[in-house]
Amino acid sequence: MAAFKETKFPANAPAAEKALGWVDDRFPLTKLWNDQWGKYYAPKNFNFWYIFGSLAMLVLVLQIVTGIFLTMHYKPDATLAFGSVEYIMREVPWGWLVRYMHSTGASAFFIIVYLHMTRGLLYGSYRKPRELIWLFGFAIFLCLMAEAFFGYLLPWGQMSYWGAQVIVNLFGAIPFIGPDLSLWIRGDYVVSDATLNRFFAFHVIAIPLVLLGLVAAHLIALHEVGSSNPDGIEVKENLGADGHPVDSIPSHPYYTVHDLFGVSVFLVIFSAVVFFAPEMGGFFLEYNNFLPGDSLKTPLHIAPTWYFTAFYSVLRATTADFMWVLMFGVAAYVVFIWLKSRLSTTIKAIIAVIALLAIIGMLPSVLDAKFWGVVFFGGSVVILAFLPWLDHSKVKSIRYRPSWHKYVYALFFLSFLTLGYLGTLPPTETRTLVSQVCTLFYFSFFLLMPWWSAMGTFKPVPARVVFHAH
Amino acid sequence: MNLHKKLLCILALLPGLALAADEGYPLDKAPDRSHNMAALQNGAKLFVNYCLNCHNASAMRYNRLRDLGLNEDQIKNNLLFTGDKVGEMMITAMPPKDAKAWFGTVPPDLSVIARAKSSEAGSGGDYLYTYLRTFYKDDTRPTGWNNAILKNAAMPHVLWQLQGIQTAKMADEIGEDGKTVSKLVGFEQVTPGTMNKLEFDTNVADLVGYMEWMAEPTAQFRKRLGVWVLLFLSGFAILAWRLNASFWKEVK
Repeated sequence: MAAFKETKFPANAPAAEKALGWVDDRFPLTKLWNDQWGKYYAPKNFNFWYIFGSLAMLVLVLQIVTGIFLTMHYKPDATLAFGSVEYIMREVPWGWLVRYMHSTGASAFFIIVYLHMTRGLLYGSYRKPRELIWLFGFAIFLCLMAEAFFGYLLPWGQMSYWGAQVIVNLFGAIPFIGPDLSLWIRGDYVVSDATLNRFFAFHVIAIPLVLLGLVAAHLIALHEVGSSNPDGIEVKENLGADGHPVDSIPSHPYYTVHDLFGVSVFLVIFSAVVFFAPEMGGFFLEYNNFLPGDSLKTPLHIAPTWYFTAFYSVLRATTADFMWVLMFGVAAYVVFIWLKSRLSTTIKAIIAVIALLAIIGMLPSVLDAKFWGVVFFGGSVVILAFLPWLDHSKVKSIRYRPSWHKYVYALFFLSFLTLGYLGTLPPTETRTLVSQVCTLFYFSFFLLMPWWSAMGTFKPVPARVVFHAH
Repeated sequence: MNLHKKLLCILALLPGLALAADEGYPLDKAPDRSHNMAALQNGAKLFVNYCLNCHNASAMRYNRLRDLGLNEDQIKNNLLFTGDKVGEMMITAMPPKDAKAWFGTVPPDLSVIARAKSSEAGSGGDYLYTYLRTFYKDDTRPTGWNNAILKNAAMPHVLWQLQGIQTAKMADEIGEDGKTVSKLVGFEQVTPGTMNKLEFDTNVADLVGYMEWMAEPTAQFRKRLGVWVLLFLSGFAILAWRLNASFWKEVK
């Protein structure tokens, strides 16, 4: 560690330069800026799909700022909460705007994050050496889901109340500890003032703290290994005379202005919703939530907000009849692993034992379908984390994968969207059947990925990125 | 792009697959009163005269009615029945305990009811407009009234003197499961009211228009402001687009 040395400036140097020098001697301000953005070299061939990271950052800031102002007027009290939201909408100057920005921002956040993850899937952004970026991102997604879930109770409308009731009750399906666990989460026998207060605490401080830390980790990891790109080429393997990758450009000013344009387009769409359709046809603000939460009146149809419905559909698809199909599926998967996998016999044996226990557990007389519904509901989210190790494709980007892979991805996105759509509707026999088919496809997509992703004729990957000058 | 087209086709078919026929009594479209101040004032008058006797609008301050072109004196002299000051909230004089004893339930707060009653079948306004016009005489009910879209409503027909008394015309229909169900197909006027049908419908439309306004008093301002915000942001987007282009021109 070198001794501290104050940087000397000529007497006529500008005051700003002197001030920055004074700070830089004590804190790596310029270094941080240059490492993280100013001189961070990013591939020059980013396309439309690469805007959503910046947009997610923007919406995060928007949610925090609007959230702070909402907290100044909101009352986390079961008897006052509903009224305080209407108070914000009517009496607080510009309160309606802040509230609509926050409620629209929640949905916008999920749209952006889903598109951000889609980008990762399409271009293999999670592949080595970016596994940790993906895992941090996955943890951010979990936090976001928790944040949305806790926040949704706060307006204390019927959907808030019963949505929370249903989700907390899911924990009750866990054997032995379930009922006590859900009681512990609620702090009461039904969702009540105690629940509202703790959810408020989680929503405004606990989860945002974790979220911010994870976002920092996500960005530090990204700027350490460098961004991927739509061609899936490692630009750092081709350095220029200046030591920077020849296919990269400094983020500032190029991606600064690029993102500024993206932000302006996003804000046009966002404002169109905020000012002209804040309810978004009942998807962003559910109609039923304009009735105060009432523990004595169960709504006929309880559905989570749209961004959870795909996973919720998986839960609902897991009916008692469907368990037999799932048991067969698990057995077939084990046989498949024994025949096709190059894993060691010990690992194969462990998988077989776990599968056998699972199948026994899936028998109707052992654990009921509700429990397994919760397991698959959780599994449908958690399985995303394993993508870096499931994908065995020779190339990262979908551009150079066999053409039929595109159909597999298309089917996957379609089944995810179908699950999401069906999750917003009350179940019928046909809808349950469709969601069961989609559930099977959803899990097969991931569980069979080690094999299908390596199959087919791959296209040659160019040495340099594909870039058309503007 | 063939793939995209195929996907679009499948996506387009999805809603049909999922939409099951859920036939209730169809909702009538509520006439738009959002820009008609006279109609909204009439609606406010009907609201304080008929609804506020039992219901609250606890998020609504009397003096907010100034937004409808009324001044404080007009509000105080003509519309303030349940309070002393125009700064008070619209709270009914009926104690909740009595309401519970008389109707079996406390009448819901109406501040945002027009937003709460929206559904796929129609807007909350459509619901209220249909609801308030489809009460019919039913002697099996404790109140003597029933409703076409809210079966066994606890609320009696408050506007009966205006509309008069009507009875339901029922018809037998064979349902999907093969069973015969009695279905409401229309009404028969038994006793005329003080208003003819057209007058009554117009007045209910005014009342519903007022309730839609009350559910979100800033709605019109929000939309007017939205136009300016979008104009500004569009201009900003064009500048950002050109700025971006001028920087990226040099990237080869």
